[in-house]
Amino acid sequence: MDFAFSEEQEMLRRSAREFLAKECSPKVVRRLMESEDGYDATLWKKIADLGWTALGIPEQYGGVGTFLDLVVVLEEAGRALLPGPFFSTMGLAVPVLLEAGTEPQKKEVLGAIAQGSARATLAFTEPTGRWDADGVALKATQSGGGWRLDGVKTFVPDAHTADYIAVVARSRGGGEEGLTLFLIDGRPKGMTIKPLETMDMTRRWCEVRFDGVQLAADAVMGAPDKAWPALKRALEWATAALCAEMVGGVQKVLETSTEYAKTRHQFGKPIGIYQAVSHKIADMLVLSESGRSATYYAAWAVEADAPDRSLAASMAKAYVSDAYRKVAGDGIQVHGGIGFTWEHDMHLYFKRAKSSEVTLGDATYHRELVAQALDL
Amino acid sequence: MGVDFELSQSERAFRDEVRGWLKANKPPDDGAADMKTFIENRRAWQKKLYEAGYVGMTWPEEYGGRGRSFMDQLIFNDEMILAHAPEPINVIGLGMGGPVVIAHGTEEQKRRYLAPLLSGEEIWCQGFSEPNAGSDLSGLQTRAEDKGDHYLVNGQKVWTTLAHVAKWCMLVARERKESNPRDGLTYLIVDMESPGIEVRPLVQITGDAEFNEIFFKDVVVPKAQILGEAGNGWAVAMTTLLHERGTLGLALATRAQITASELAERARRLGRGSDPLVRQRVAQHTIEARALQLNGYRAVTAVKRNGIPGPEGSILKLMWSELNQRMSETAMDVGGPGSQVGDGDGWKYQFLRARANTIEAGTSEVLRNILAERVLGLPRSR
Repeated sequence: MDFAFSEEQEMLRRSAREFLAKECSPKVVRRLMESEDGYDATLWKKIADLGWTALGIPEQYGGVGTFLDLVVVLEEAGRALLPGPFFSTMGLAVPVLLEAGTEPQKKEVLGAIAQGSARATLAFTEPTGRWDADGVALKATQSGGGWRLDGVKTFVPDAHTADYIAVVARSRGGGEEGLTLFLIDGRPKGMTIKPLETMDMTRRWCEVRFDGVQLAADAVMGAPDKAWPALKRALEWATAALCAEMVGGVQKVLETSTEYAKTRHQFGKPIGIYQAVSHKIADMLVLSESGRSATYYAAWAVEADAPDRSLAASMAKAYVSDAYRKVAGDGIQVHGGIGFTWEHDMHLYFKRAKSSEVTLGDATYHRELVAQALDL
Repeated sequence: MGVDFELSQSERAFRDEVRGWLKANKPPDDGAADMKTFIENRRAWQKKLYEAGYVGMTWPEEYGGRGRSFMDQLIFNDEMILAHAPEPINVIGLGMGGPVVIAHGTEEQKRRYLAPLLSGEEIWCQGFSEPNAGSDLSGLQTRAEDKGDHYLVNGQKVWTTLAHVAKWCMLVARERKESNPRDGLTYLIVDMESPGIEVRPLVQITGDAEFNEIFFKDVVVPKAQILGEAGNGWAVAMTTLLHERGTLGLALATRAQITASELAERARRLGRGSDPLVRQRVAQHTIEARALQLNGYRAVTAVKRNGIPGPEGSILKLMWSELNQRMSETAMDVGGPGSQVGDGDGWKYQFLRARANTIEAGTSEVLRNILAERVLGLPRSR
């Protein structure tokens, strides 16, 4: 057993932190946040040149590096609030392609992603916002040797900048039976993408409408009606990946708040001397460390394909969802009035915490999955 | 290497060896035994563990230890708890006394004290807290008066586990007054059979007397019994406490896993598993217990690197104590009024005993100070 990252991974972390400090400073984050599509093609190219878009993709599809390497980078991306489709592409779309894609789909799309020439996402949730199989109602019907999609997906991360969108649709039945995954290339007729104005504008969500969208038979990923088992595994990867981003944010809020408590003076003393403040920050440390432990374990379990990978991912997401919201909220409190201003960055973390919390299932949802695993 | 939560082949072999040994040798439950029998059972159990090579596993071989890795110690702790095996008698000595003698003792002291501590022949207790010195240890009033070749000790200690059966007491006493109250303290290893020592049981809120008070009246302690340097007892005491919170913290992390699974079992057995609020609470406790255990695993890496537990060990103790209280509260709630009748399936005791968890071995308030000041570098509040 070993519970620390390797020396190479620590080097990757250091270089990622340095790169992001320079190329994704808070100023850049704010510029992208206020931009039309929240995406910077030049930044994406630099990221691809560093090899980040190849992490976690097997060599035969042009990838280099493991999922745990990707986790290290995602943690740094979350720390820097990196806007744009890095999480949606690497955290959501890549595992769906890996788990469900046909060989030609994997060759084409994973290859393009690894090279940095394509971005992708997963369209799962609908207006109910549910992340379980029962939440999928978008209709897929066989038509003219191919398929026809009708319905609406919403809260889809970065659909507006995605070259490929994997769509989960209901081809028959209910629950986990009868789900089919489709891979959409470009913008077929009848598909409309509307970016949503959301609280966390560092990460864009879209509504994607399907009005009689006609797809060829080879758009199906894996076997029709049988998408759930592969999708479930892909969501476990995605969950561990998102948790990595989140704990990066938690750590940054902890460090910023600690620094502020050392330098901000009131009543003639640094506020960190008051236990009402310092104990709040000590609790942030406990949440940060525990969230990281749960996340690293989940990431390892996904990579090692451990029997408890599903449970590990749910435990991490439940813990980290609550932890990030609490820590970011307390971060504002420690900063006092300045923390409530638009100018200060704390609200960006608070908002990212909330948008991450509801993505891939919130704490209540994952606790229920844990309860089921406990045979309660 | 890199992140890897799988046991290596040799670690797995050691786990299987321990598991097999415990299965064959674990003594029967002694819960209902009277105190005298209980002590003798636990002493015999320690001797058996010692002879099998499972006591002082990470201690140097020249003093009776086994020179094994912290990982092996962790595996052993986990197996002990999973097997519901009782603790050896000398918990205080093994967790604190031995490590502090190894860290600060002279060669002669190491040779004198460690072997009988490991075998359970000589039991240790810890004389730190006083009625007027709880969290603020430097405010202690027990005096050690310099009489040339010995000290004369007068004062009172409280909350002393095992004092009634101990041979040795780790005593911190004031030798002289200094402007900084942390200076002038002397750390002594006191023979509990010395004339002038009186031990009285202290009845706690559960009705049991797990702890004692010790009264010292003109107790003669030879200077050979000083651990570390005279007047420099604070540093020795701090080493003791780091071990208390660090190494014991790891064991607590596994214990929390067991408590969480017992709680889930109770919810199932009482048919409360269909209540969504109960499901959420039990799941949350289970998740926190797991996070705590994983923190413990990560702390082992730090211990491996630095040899002694760091202040991060305080995280484990802080988390466990508060989680254990919440778990016992949920267990009581799940059982309704029945939890308060008789022994309440054992949870009534847990519910009451858990209140001490956030006080003993560093209150939650002190531990948060340690995290704030020593881990995060926030300004000292005192």
